[in-house]
Amino acid sequence: MCIAAFVFSALAALFMAAPSLNVLQVWQDPYYRHVTQFSFYQSFLSTLLSVGLALPVAHALSKRDFKAKGLLLKLFSSTLVLPVLVGVFGLLAIYGNSGLMAGWLAQFDQKLPFSIYGLNGILLAHLFFNLPYSARLLLQSLEAIPQEQHKLCAHLGMSQWQKFKWVEWPRLRQQLPHVSGLVFMLCFTSFATVMALGGGPKSTTIELAIYQAIKFDFDLQAGALLAIWQMLLCGLLALAIQRLAKPVAVTTGSTTRQRYLVNDSVGWRIWDGVWIALSILLVVPPLLMVVLSGVNSQIINVLQDARFWQALSASLQVAAVASVIALSAGIAILTTSRRLRLNSRRRSADQIELLGTIILVTPGLVISTGLFLLLRNFTDVFSMAFFIVIAVNALMGLPYVIKTLSQPMLQIEQQYQYLAASLGLRGWQRFKVVEWRGLKKPMAHAFAISFMLAIGDLGAIALFGGQEFRTLPLYLFQLLGSYQMEAAAVVSLTLLILSVACFTLIEKLFKANSRVNDVKY
Amino acid sequence: MKTTLSALAIACASFSALAADNTLTVYTYDSFAADWGPAPAVEKAFEAQCGCNLEFVALDDGVSILNRLRLENGNSKADIVLGLDNNLMTEAKKTGLLTEHSVDTSSVTIPGGWQDDTFVPYDFSYFAFVYNTEKLTNPPKSLKELVEQRDDLKLIYQDPRTSTPGQGFMLWMKSVYGDDVSQAWQKLAAKTVTVTKGWSEAYSMFLKGESDMVLSYTTSPAYHVIAEDDKRFAAATFSEGHYTQVEVAAKVKGSENEALADQFMQFILSDGFQSAMPTGNWMYPVTDIPLPPGYQSLTVPEKALSFTSDEVATQRKAWIREWQSALTR
Repeated sequence: MCIAAFVFSALAALFMAAPSLNVLQVWQDPYYRHVTQFSFYQSFLSTLLSVGLALPVAHALSKRDFKAKGLLLKLFSSTLVLPVLVGVFGLLAIYGNSGLMAGWLAQFDQKLPFSIYGLNGILLAHLFFNLPYSARLLLQSLEAIPQEQHKLCAHLGMSQWQKFKWVEWPRLRQQLPHVSGLVFMLCFTSFATVMALGGGPKSTTIELAIYQAIKFDFDLQAGALLAIWQMLLCGLLALAIQRLAKPVAVTTGSTTRQRYLVNDSVGWRIWDGVWIALSILLVVPPLLMVVLSGVNSQIINVLQDARFWQALSASLQVAAVASVIALSAGIAILTTSRRLRLNSRRRSADQIELLGTIILVTPGLVISTGLFLLLRNFTDVFSMAFFIVIAVNALMGLPYVIKTLSQPMLQIEQQYQYLAASLGLRGWQRFKVVEWRGLKKPMAHAFAISFMLAIGDLGAIALFGGQEFRTLPLYLFQLLGSYQMEAAAVVSLTLLILSVACFTLIEKLFKANSRVNDVKY
Repeated sequence: MKTTLSALAIACASFSALAADNTLTVYTYDSFAADWGPAPAVEKAFEAQCGCNLEFVALDDGVSILNRLRLENGNSKADIVLGLDNNLMTEAKKTGLLTEHSVDTSSVTIPGGWQDDTFVPYDFSYFAFVYNTEKLTNPPKSLKELVEQRDDLKLIYQDPRTSTPGQGFMLWMKSVYGDDVSQAWQKLAAKTVTVTKGWSEAYSMFLKGESDMVLSYTTSPAYHVIAEDDKRFAAATFSEGHYTQVEVAAKVKGSENEALADQFMQFILSDGFQSAMPTGNWMYPVTDIPLPPGYQSLTVPEKALSFTSDEVATQRKAWIREWQSALTR
């Protein structure tokens, strides 16, 4: 309930700050109309490119096995949780004005044919983050095709094209609206990418315009109005996506199954090979550049800089506290909802869980703006920055906690509710003996995810941070802004190492977890 | 909900009250507070006379200082703001967040003199495009030539929403082009490498060779002559005249260190502070102190342009929107 109060008070502040509820004002203002159009335009192009190109990649990956495939897939699923600025830095190091490609072309007296700032860069970055992720989701649906159908295709002597048309495409088509919707939403609310690579009046999204209205123009009313406008559009989009796409249950197919290749030919091999190579070329070099350029002569200077350590410790503190709060709030919500569920009050249970995930359609910046407007009447907002950033990051992590824990929590209650009742185990005792023992692993998993999200976040901190309080992503943004590329490289590498460590931890836990489950149940 | 919030607010208020001590907090922009800026010299000189701790908080650029103050809405921990300019004075006064000074400004020698109860000037200069004379041998002779004819040039300037040079450039363009400024902005957009948030990013990008010219001051070449013994850089003189900037400081209302703040305001016009300006902030001092050698070679614009700060206060928003809209087209 507290979360709802939190979100609603933030929203109420927004509504109060907006001079009138006439959202049409946004549409009547030519600049904001341009911003809105640009938001849709860039999300549409990003989605089209990411999902469109992900199709052949996923198709190729489903047919071919190669040595590093496991590693590549892992990489693919990690781009989405990678701190955005790290990805952006990697892209700048290759495609930027003084990047690898410009240097390489300069040897032939050529100039870089495009500029990474503006729409080009935004599209490239969105492609980098979303293509691997969509390919991964599409691959899952291809792998869910039953063995029998593969066999049948081989028996019937279908050509690759026929098989695609009759067997694979229907599967993909089911998944496509869902994947496209997700990618569209992600691009529509994209903030850090646009801030780092766009930002000029020409390429500004609504999310960024909210930030600029508050920080650049001190136009709180416009900020509030834009935040409401953004929420409205996001809500509508989410509804539309839910309507269009019934999420298909995705099973993680085993990758060790036997393959029945139909009529393989050299042409198809080249086709598949090219797509896989292209996707590798998109994803791997930027990450590699982060590692390579991170080890440079500035490393000592950066490590001696107090600002680096302050940012690192602020990041770790924010992420740790935010994840603890997200986890506790998630568990509290789920404890209530599973009780309701077992008492056959499914509707209320769903509603409570929905409250927790409402954050998904309310961008972090909207919540931050609301909080900002609310709190500035009482106190110096900037001195409370630490707590606000934690609160917002905790909220952002909540949906993922709920998603991870809702099934296990329900199961454990079903198993142990009578035993616990008969033994008189209640409250903390019960949590320690039953939940903690049974759910240690999924809890750690949920914790790690919210930790990773919080450590890479550049939403709330951009609004509330400054010279006195900054996290690693903000520090990286400031370094990039003042073109201290070498120092920025070191900070990028640090962030990358932090999230890779976190990610490896999750992978390990997940594996260990499935083994434990096998033994237990 | 309401009681929780007010309890929270009270808790925070008492927390910040505890934090007040013998420290004078000054909000300024990053190039002033930087290690290579004038702040270290100013800090040393002032701390020697006040027996206190002087702390600079660096924000992006001049306009950001005002925005930050407004966002904090009377709960600011700043005692002094340093880095607003003549164009922003009326708007800053209207916020009611600043208070009057008690400094005798009769020693101020800037062209046109100085009369203002809230602001004390600390340096001044004229906006100009700086270029490298070895790379660019035929610089434009006027703003109109730059905007309308020189498609061979690449420029960097600052965002008028965050930066006082950016805002000054917007006013410069407006005073030259008047109602036709939209088309001029569009022509300029084709030559613009990027619009930065603050002066220091723009200038360091220019020095790295990302553009042919950068918006800065007529006094900027002095830095290269004096600090680096490098005579390659010059400011292009434009026939329409150059826009003037006077940078100013003011006391924040409700400061917990009122006496210290007064002392600092007095200090601004003393030689200790003023002598740090020509070779620290690379601007002209506002009092009659000898200029360092190297300043003699600078060109002083024949015609200085400016709007009154009242005009700017009423029109700023509309002019920014004009700039924004022109760039989206």
